Amino acid sequence: MKEENKKVQILEFEKPIYKIQDKIEELKKTSADTNINYDSEIKKLEEQTKIYKKELYQKLEPYQKLQIARHPQRPNFMDYVHFICEDFIELHGDRHGFDDKAIIGGVASIEGRAVMLIGTMKGKSTKENLECNFGMPQPQGYRKALRLFEHANRFNLPIITLIDTMGAYPGMMAEETGQGEAIATNLKEMAKLEVPTIAVVTGEGCSGGALGLAVSNKVMILEHAYYTVISPEGCASILWKDSSMARVATDALKITGDDLLQYGIVDEVIKEPTGGAHYNAQEMAQNLKKSLVESLKEFEGMSPEELRNQRYSKFRAMGVFAQ
Amino acid sequence: MTLTDWFNKRKMQQIAARDNDVHIDDSIGKLWTLCYNCSSQLPKKDLENNLMVCPNCDYHFRIGARQRIDLISDKDSFCEMYQEIKPCDPLNFVDTQSYPSRQEAAHAKSGLDDAVVVGTCTIEGQKTAIAVMDFEYMGGSMGSVVGEKITRILEYALLNKLPSIVFTASGGARMQESALSLMQMAKTSCIVAKLNEAKLLYITVLTEPTFGGVTASFGTIGDIIIAEKGARIGFAGRRVIEQTIRQKLPADFQTAEYLLKCGQIDFIVERKDMKEKLSKLIYLHTKK
Ligand SMILES: [Zn+2]
Repeated sequence: MKEENKKVQILEFEKPIYKIQDKIEELKKTSADTNINYDSEIKKLEEQTKIYKKELYQKLEPYQKLQIARHPQRPNFMDYVHFICEDFIELHGDRHGFDDKAIIGGVASIEGRAVMLIGTMKGKSTKENLECNFGMPQPQGYRKALRLFEHANRFNLPIITLIDTMGAYPGMMAEETGQGEAIATNLKEMAKLEVPTIAVVTGEGCSGGALGLAVSNKVMILEHAYYTVISPEGCASILWKDSSMARVATDALKITGDDLLQYGIVDEVIKEPTGGAHYNAQEMAQNLKKSLVESLKEFEGMSPEELRNQRYSKFRAMGVFAQ
Repeated sequence: MTLTDWFNKRKMQQIAARDNDVHIDDSIGKLWTLCYNCSSQLPKKDLENNLMVCPNCDYHFRIGARQRIDLISDKDSFCEMYQEIKPCDPLNFVDTQSYPSRQEAAHAKSGLDDAVVVGTCTIEGQKTAIAVMDFEYMGGSMGSVVGEKITRILEYALLNKLPSIVFTASGGARMQESALSLMQMAKTSCIVAKLNEAKLLYITVLTEPTFGGVTASFGTIGDIIIAEKGARIGFAGRRVIEQTIRQKLPADFQTAEYLLKCGQIDFIVERKDMKEKLSKLIYLHTKK
């Protein structure tokens, strides 16, 4: 969880920035070694870096955002628990013989408010990822989430879901035990909940596997996260018959927060630290916490019926067609 | 290996060999059709007279929405609704073709404006709201129109306290509508929640093939889930699973028969018995 000591892994498109920075370091070193003053050059280069950085990160292409969303050091569910919650007590298991580690949930306290916090879990090492199946839930994970939704409903706890998944796991047991049914049941049952429900796509929001935790009163997304019906790679290989067209598919699928805001699919885009959440997990968590607390306030005082109606109308209105 | 085993094995291999995007091979001519399953050449007329079921091996060919409606509704009882809802191109989506040009081609192929036909009919005199998907229109993929028409007909059922039946046939999401397509899963599932609360019977009939977003939304939350004989049903596609788990799947994996063993569906029906079964179910759930 403590990322400060770990070096940030640089993405391909960020490399030019680091080249300038290396040059600055080199000049500083030479300056110290030779007593020649390079201050003006260094200052110029630092100015340049600043401008370049600003331009780069402000105008990220969807495909670059996709790389950030998938960054191996991107804060995961437990990082957010660490930075956001005063208390978190994990509740395990689907009560039918399985505890899917790809979905974690528990009762938590956020700025003194008791909530049910549930999310998909991605690991940061191979070992962690094997344990949580790279954040790809089995049907049993969705059923655990459903059990916790119902628990929250009974004890009047608002439900917060944090979503970062490549999708529900495409495996043999998943099919045999009803991956489709588990997701569908969550969609249906989330519609019935009588407590405020808030979903945040924090990284990858891929297809039904993401939606299975996101039929919520309010849906938010982090600045560089994405939400789509199919991965750009999957789309490219089906429609273009060529998975190397993923970059083009990423543009075509309109998966960024701003696009989704325009189509009414998300309600709010939460700002990330410069360069992406992985540069400063704590700052990211604070931004997220602020939006969560404000969102919880929005729904305070709404009756169960009002909450259901608001949620229902929101999803009822989705879609674009001619008539 | 007994001869029966050998036949069974061969049959399973043939089922496995069927591909997601197979289509009826017209090259054989207008008069003959090749059965995918037993490879026999069938006179088209015989096939049509047998409800598009192979007389040799009972393989159920896919049928269109209109034909399906004729098979299960009382004569002339079907009243189509919400035809005015038509697709558009909200994302200006272009892959190797533009979305509008794919829509045009799909219309030419299927005679439909999108992948579902909805309305009311009577089934042995019992008024029912029905939605029938058609694989010929862009692989039965679910976009805004499919989601909206299904939602509207189920809203109609709710308002008029009618039982409802949805026949699915879908390769999954309408990628050209991206997240808007995804949201149709939420929208359709929300209306089913309302049917549940109103205690109105909602039946789904999963037909060849039903995958992806339809499986993970209105398809698998029926009060009763029926599969048509031989239909392949799943969440993820067979190839995706094989690539993920790096092993071959059993030949009959994701067939209706396999899912029945896994407890995922209530029962399997042959096409010739479909109307009678549906009629009885409605009767048993709605008689007072
Ligand atoms: Zn045959």
